[in-house]
Amino acid sequence: MTENPQRPLRVLAAMSGGVDSAVAAARAAEAGHDVTGVHLALSANPQSFRTGARGCCTIEDSRDARRAADVIGIPFYVWDLAERFREDVVEDFVAEYEAGRTPNPCLRCNEKIKFAALLDKALALGFDAVCTGHYAKVILNEDGTRELHRASDMAKDQSYVLGVLDEKQLAHALFPLGDTVTTKDEIRSEAERRGLAVARKPDSHDICFIADGDTQGFLAQRLGKAEGDIVDESGARLGTHEGAYGFTIGQRKGLRIGTPAPDGKPRYVLDISPVNNTVTVGPAASLDVSRLTAIKPRWCGVAPAGPGTYTAQLRAHGGETPVTAEVVGDELQVTFDEPVRGVAPGQAIVLYDGTRVVGSATIATTTRATAVA
Amino acid sequence: MAYLDHAATTPMLPEAIEAMTAQLTVTGNASSLHAAGRRARRTVEEARETLAEALGARPSEVVFTSGGTEADNLAVKGLFWARRGADPARTRVLASPVEHHAVLDAVHWLGEHEGATVEYLPVDTYGRVHPEVLREAIERNPDDVALVSVMWANNEIGTVMPVGQLTAVAAEFGVPVHADAVQAFGQVPVDFGASGLAAMTVSGHKIGGPYGIGALLLGREYSPVPVLHGGGQERHVRSGTLDVPAVAAFAVAGRLAAEQREWFAREIGGLRDELIDAVRKAVPDAILGGDPVDRLPANAHFTFPGCEGDSLLLLLDAQGIECSTGSACTAGVAQPSHVLLATGTDPDLARGTLRFSLGHTSTKADVDAVAQAIGPAVERARTAGLT
Repeated sequence: MTENPQRPLRVLAAMSGGVDSAVAAARAAEAGHDVTGVHLALSANPQSFRTGARGCCTIEDSRDARRAADVIGIPFYVWDLAERFREDVVEDFVAEYEAGRTPNPCLRCNEKIKFAALLDKALALGFDAVCTGHYAKVILNEDGTRELHRASDMAKDQSYVLGVLDEKQLAHALFPLGDTVTTKDEIRSEAERRGLAVARKPDSHDICFIADGDTQGFLAQRLGKAEGDIVDESGARLGTHEGAYGFTIGQRKGLRIGTPAPDGKPRYVLDISPVNNTVTVGPAASLDVSRLTAIKPRWCGVAPAGPGTYTAQLRAHGGETPVTAEVVGDELQVTFDEPVRGVAPGQAIVLYDGTRVVGSATIATTTRATAVA
Repeated sequence: MAYLDHAATTPMLPEAIEAMTAQLTVTGNASSLHAAGRRARRTVEEARETLAEALGARPSEVVFTSGGTEADNLAVKGLFWARRGADPARTRVLASPVEHHAVLDAVHWLGEHEGATVEYLPVDTYGRVHPEVLREAIERNPDDVALVSVMWANNEIGTVMPVGQLTAVAAEFGVPVHADAVQAFGQVPVDFGASGLAAMTVSGHKIGGPYGIGALLLGREYSPVPVLHGGGQERHVRSGTLDVPAVAAFAVAGRLAAEQREWFAREIGGLRDELIDAVRKAVPDAILGGDPVDRLPANAHFTFPGCEGDSLLLLLDAQGIECSTGSACTAGVAQPSHVLLATGTDPDLARGTLRFSLGHTSTKADVDAVAQAIGPAVERARTAGLT
């Protein structure tokens, strides 16, 4: 446990049906907490979603979660948060893509569902904390404040998708997997040892509400075909696309441009303009970003005053890069020490001070190191 | 622990356990001709006679099944097929909208796959089908009605149906009526012979017998098309080797259910009344579901405005009180009860229900536990609200 294991808490364990959340719930129960399991039904029509075992929205997943709860010996409920999930996560996801941005629905779900809708209901019902299978650490300081840190095992660290949590949310969060240096194999053998049938279940990945992992297909279905031009940096037309929302900045594959670049080098998506439905492509060097602004900052603790040096993570599985960041008005302004590639508006930037999560914000605009014509 | 979910299943009676375990040590297929078979058959036939007597039926009218669901399916599908087979015009099925899913889904299936025209008979705010409603429905075209299915008493809200009046109406038109009496048996007088029913479903584990055994009481003039084909057991209506230990134990439980019915209605009904009073005292705006008077003596169903039934369940479960929201789940997600919706309850309101169902092991202590816990639980669930 992350803190004061002596005091038993009333804990609501979010159980997706996967191995991580099952082991997290089991560890919480073993630590002496009074644990109740809950599976979130996030799709209004679960049968139509994944039939495999990868997502978090199927009947199988709900059964697997229940089976795990029964083995752990804790009560188990299914809560229907499909409507909230649709409004706050799925519709937001579609709208962001439609606006030419690249959202991360997992952050959104943690911010709006797991540590908002679910946490609020849990607190109202008399629970002290929500427990999940995320790999991250909460540290309680002597002065009573809390800090969110990367998991002990960097390879498993998921603090990036928790970067949206504020201190109040952290105060009611329990991440039993974050403290130990644990490989997936170790988690699986721990699940096996605990008699949890999900021990050998495949990992979930991708986006849970997109049944077959085909994000483009999902977006096409939601937004319809909208043919537009693919142009180079000079504005010359190179080809057409069936919807600007189908592209992500930094994307190289699937551009389907017939003619090769004059220099023969690969071309990447540099810019997406939903207004005139145009996708701009160009050489890798044009992807380099030196500065960005980000909106809706959320701080795990007090907001930093004045400019500071941090490391930044820009993607769920991305590396760290050193930055200088400053809050100006409602915005976070970030300058990279060295230019970075593939920075897409809509993505979250999470700032770290060592292993400590400082906060996060949603990337709004980027400034290219070499200006796009 | 306060177990208040006897309508889901009730503990087996010691006498039934004794009868069952005694039979578990004996070999014999009731269809065999040798001594072991004869012995098993004797046990089965004695059980049939016992059950028939408990239910006001003839022994030949007792068809053993694997439980209530199978008996409902056999009655609804089997009678539909037989009636339509005799006259292709008979394609209309009349059912109450408050039926258990074993009837509701079977009827729905007939509509989807067998060309049946399904008509749901309107119910009043207590969930009751009135005889004039049935008359109106049949009179629209008496010749095309295959069958009527209306439960004897509702499993969620406890309302007892006017079975005799409904069968009297149907009889004028020669239309057979089936009733699911799974919840009624042992709680209100159930006399198959006097009821005018063509078919009636009962189940073992709701009356202190074992799981996996039930029966369809079936008038001798009816030959439903079988759902299960095979060895031709049970009047060729329900094939399959009989589960002799379960049959024997079911009969013991059935006999006791009939013998102790008045005691049950008085004593358990008295406890139930105390429970209703206690809940109303703690939560003055709680709404009692179903008919306040003509209801199952062991059923107390409430709607708590502004609460989610699931939240209440969680809070009470954490204090060792085991009850139910009364409604079915879809993929584990609680849905507003079809019974409440049929009675005209607002869908949001219908989410905040709890069913307490008492049984032969219920005590004053169970009621006291609810009396203590329900007020704070409702208050807390209201803070959590409707998500």
